[in-house]
Amino acid sequence: MPVIEVRWHGRGGQGGVTSAELLAKAAYYDGYKGVQAFPYFGAERRGAPVKAFTRISDKEINVRSQIYDPDVVAVLDASILDLIDVTEGLKPNGKVIVNTPKKPSEISVKRGHVYTYDGTGIALRYGLMVAGLPVVNTTMLGAFAKATGLVRLETVQKVIKEKWPGPVGERNAEGAREAYETCTD
Amino acid sequence: MRVTVVERVPAEEMRIEGLTGDAAIAHALKQCDIDVLAAYPITPQTIIVEDFQKFAANGEVQTKVIPVESEHSAMSACVGASAAGARVATATASAGLALMWEILYCAASLRLPIVLTIANRALSAPINIHNDWSDSYGARDSGFIQLYCQSSQEAYDTTIMAFKLAEDHRVLLPVMVCIDGFILSHNVERVEMLPDEAVRNFLGVRDPVLPLDPDNPITMGPLALTDYYFEIKEGQDRAMDAVPEVYKEVEAAFEKMTGRSYGMFEKYRTDDAEIIILTHSTPAGTAKAVVDVLREKGEKVGVLRLKMFRPFPAAEVAEAIKHAKAVAVFEKCRSFGAVCNPLALEVRAALYDLKERPMVTDFVIGLGGRDVPPTTIVEGYEKTKEYLAKGKAPLYETLGVRK
Repeated sequence: MPVIEVRWHGRGGQGGVTSAELLAKAAYYDGYKGVQAFPYFGAERRGAPVKAFTRISDKEINVRSQIYDPDVVAVLDASILDLIDVTEGLKPNGKVIVNTPKKPSEISVKRGHVYTYDGTGIALRYGLMVAGLPVVNTTMLGAFAKATGLVRLETVQKVIKEKWPGPVGERNAEGAREAYETCTD
Repeated sequence: MRVTVVERVPAEEMRIEGLTGDAAIAHALKQCDIDVLAAYPITPQTIIVEDFQKFAANGEVQTKVIPVESEHSAMSACVGASAAGARVATATASAGLALMWEILYCAASLRLPIVLTIANRALSAPINIHNDWSDSYGARDSGFIQLYCQSSQEAYDTTIMAFKLAEDHRVLLPVMVCIDGFILSHNVERVEMLPDEAVRNFLGVRDPVLPLDPDNPITMGPLALTDYYFEIKEGQDRAMDAVPEVYKEVEAAFEKMTGRSYGMFEKYRTDDAEIIILTHSTPAGTAKAVVDVLREKGEKVGVLRLKMFRPFPAAEVAEAIKHAKAVAVFEKCRSFGAVCNPLALEVRAALYDLKERPMVTDFVIGLGGRDVPPTTIVEGYEKTKEYLAKGKAPLYETLGVRK
């Protein structure tokens, strides 16, 4: 198995870095030997477009650079699609997962196979809020499990509940389940 | 004093967690049962001290944590505590290490086995929070042992081994455990952790040689002028000479317990290599991935990943690379005004006495965290091939920069 590379696009404060980390944890629980999750820290602040990265492999991963040719791109905030080409470098059969109430056919990107799910709607329904704003990073993990089949939904729910023990984790895990069930291409 | 005999820890007793390089170090420090941690926060080592403070606040460690007002004070507090016989650690980076400078030399010269963990970061100006090796390379003559890590697992393992190495009576020197800032310090990966008891048994309790004792007052580090200063430096030099032997013993014991060891350096597909890439920390990982691809294309290339930069294992490195046609050094530091840069200087000096030596190229990469993608390593490799064909190479050059 080649190294699978994932690039996360979000806005500062949306939890993209946490998503990248939780996916890495889910991946090693699911038996992958090599996992990496790392942020890119620029001069960004809350609300600005940010990036994070995850690598997954069944072998130890040696490469330590940023990711330029991802297999999967996860977009936590659809408004970023108007600002940058999130699919830059995406492999020819790569996947783009977007948090949006729109259908995949309504999303225009330069390349890649598009999946959508309404993460913000789910976050509002399940009360996944921080500082009064919906947080979609855990729902994206459910959508990711569905779109890629690389990690299991149960494992994603497990890492979410470990990260936030108690009712908060339960609600986030339920949100991830609904994202898994509703994510479509 | 010989290294403790330990038993292999069964796999089911190991705890697997996803940890950043910083968190891996914090967990290791917790298990090493340190008596004192004195630190001042600086990016990107922040998580080390934050996590450790959590352990302290939760009562998981008995450590006295001293939140000092500067790095100069952090190392000074470490020196005092270590002189009193405590097991001591701190963490820093970049400007923080620069501010410790004066006391680094005191720690080494007073032969205090302090473990200083560093998330390598560029020096100002301009302010930059990202990785290069200018900070700890600058401290290469301070008398600290320097160990550089490629993974979070290695950071965890090395931190534990560092105390064993430092506190050995044949050594008694402080150790820097270095990881690449952000690239490793903030990268989550799978880390296998030992049970607390295994680490405790492996390290034992520090046995200080001549600690400060209020009932038996002594003075440490008083004036020594033309009469004795030089002899003290001679002693320090001999301690440094003893490091490789003790390091090998410590690693052998650690390997018995965990199945893991790293060596003073790691050879990766170098046996029949015509060109050997020589580097350390995270670029060494990327270089290994590049070598795998180049090997598939029939190129005879390998990587020597250095782990121990101080003391520099010159004879062993020379032996490992002397058969190659060329050695391509990649390093994240420019030593302004120098003939070449710190790592290549060592490599060239190590090879100098050989009758037939490989060509050495020296590529300065990744300053201020400029990413080092596989293409940068390939570019250096291709240039080295070109220089080999010409029979002449520049003393050093920069790669991945707008010129």
